[in-house]
Amino acid sequence: MNSLYYRLPRFSFNAWIIWYRNIQVWTKLIGPALVLHFLEPLIYLFGLGFGLAVFVGDIEGVPYLTFLASGLVASSAMMTASLEGTYSVFTRMVPQKTYSAILASPIEVDDIMAGEILWCATKATFSSIAIIIVAALMGAVDSWMAIWAIPIVFLSALCFSGPAIVIATMAPGYDYFNYYFTLGVTPMFVLCGVFYPVSTLPESLQLAVQLLPLTHAIELIRPLITGMEVNNPLLHILVLVSYTVLFYYLAVIKVRKRMIQ
Amino acid sequence: MQSNDLPIISASKLCKSFSDIEVVRGVEFNVYKGCCYGFLGPNGAGKTTTLNMIEGISPMSSGHLSVFGYQLPEQGSLARARMGIVPQMDNLDPDFSVIQNLRIYGSYFRIPKAILEKRIKDLLEFMQLSDRANEKPDNLSGGMKRRLTIARALVNDPELIILDEPTTGLDPQVRHVIWDQLRKLMQGGKTILMTTHYMDEAERLCDELLIMDHGKILDQGSPRQIIEKHVERYVVELDNEGGLIKQLQKIPATRLEVHADTLFCYCNEQQPVIDLLTRLGNAHYFFRPCNLEDVFLNMTGRELRE
Repeated sequence: MNSLYYRLPRFSFNAWIIWYRNIQVWTKLIGPALVLHFLEPLIYLFGLGFGLAVFVGDIEGVPYLTFLASGLVASSAMMTASLEGTYSVFTRMVPQKTYSAILASPIEVDDIMAGEILWCATKATFSSIAIIIVAALMGAVDSWMAIWAIPIVFLSALCFSGPAIVIATMAPGYDYFNYYFTLGVTPMFVLCGVFYPVSTLPESLQLAVQLLPLTHAIELIRPLITGMEVNNPLLHILVLVSYTVLFYYLAVIKVRKRMIQ
Repeated sequence: MQSNDLPIISASKLCKSFSDIEVVRGVEFNVYKGCCYGFLGPNGAGKTTTLNMIEGISPMSSGHLSVFGYQLPEQGSLARARMGIVPQMDNLDPDFSVIQNLRIYGSYFRIPKAILEKRIKDLLEFMQLSDRANEKPDNLSGGMKRRLTIARALVNDPELIILDEPTTGLDPQVRHVIWDQLRKLMQGGKTILMTTHYMDEAERLCDELLIMDHGKILDQGSPRQIIEKHVERYVVELDNEGGLIKQLQKIPATRLEVHADTLFCYCNEQQPVIDLLTRLGNAHYFFRPCNLEDVFLNMTGRELRE
């Protein structure tokens, strides 16, 4: 039994079948989804970007609107991946019994989890692209180089999808996700450099914040959007990849234990 | 059921425990192509667990199980490619319409699009759902949902169809439609494995029955063989009034059982019993041939299992 639960996941094309299933559901609801994807950053960028810009001026040589937009690109990837990985994955796994139906076919838990993480990251990337577009229209992005942020956004979203799915496998119900959002997602949103540089935090907190993936996502994404140089790209990529791999494996183990009894 | 062919399913000394509770205890059976097998047993007998092991989604605690020559659970994915599974609980995809449910399910088996579309059209007709193709599952009746679930299980043209209580909770019309279609599938050479609580369903459909209780197979054989082996030909059910038992006991070769206020008098010759009841002026009796239900209650007892 244990060897069945803990053996390393196998990758196959089947993951894309699950990804395709989810994207088909999403396209049915694309109208409201797109409105939300564009409306939310618009509110943030207008409200905070214009409201605070007067007081803040430039940060590290970057206009505040641009600084904020580049942070929101990363945090939106986190937020969308986390919402999809918790609420939607839980819905498919528990009340909707979609996984049980899928597991009666040749598709295995490894494929379902890979498909889910790829899908969560895809959806999150859509939301981040919407922000890049809105920011560009507002004049906050001045280089086509910002396109290079998109693959990094996708990687960051992969890294946030895994932990969210692991939380979904542990949840007795939807209320449980409040813990994850209040204790995990919101602190990252506030502390990891979306609104201000991490360097302004007390030193001990700066160290702690370095352990959180959003910090590294922002360290990569912000310079790509603002046209600055990326410091230590390999380190940041390594952190994001490690989170992705570790939590994908954990999610696979958790779902195997739940579905294969 | 004997055959010179190799069995499709071969199970030996199959055991399954859930945290120290033994649910299946040393079950052995073979399943051959083209026949319909029925697992009968009260709730908690181990029927569904046995099916889950055959489907490769529940690893056995010990024993040996091969399906189509694949070792389970390791090669479950390969075995499932050739199976159609109808679960006890409805798990249709609520986000998709009837036809999309079949398309999505077909994609899980990587069926080429042209073949899939043709098959879906046939299956909708076969399960009488063509006019509901664009409806969402939530808008379907229980009987339609079940027919769709069966159609979904056939989307990969499986050799083996596994149904867990296929007609539980359905009205008689739907049950008959499902039975007719299952018979057609058998005529087409499909092998069927099912669990049921309905003895009439088992008697009508199954070539071979496996009666399970407490995780063991109590007996196996055709419905007729099992009835002949375990119960008399007839039973008379009557109110258990004073003195009746003593009178009936005098008739040779009768067997009496009392449950609550009802007296069951099993016999192979009905005339002596009926003569006696006529003589006593007792008109409140119900005379019928013994059926599988009598066998079932006889073998697994009458106490409630919940």
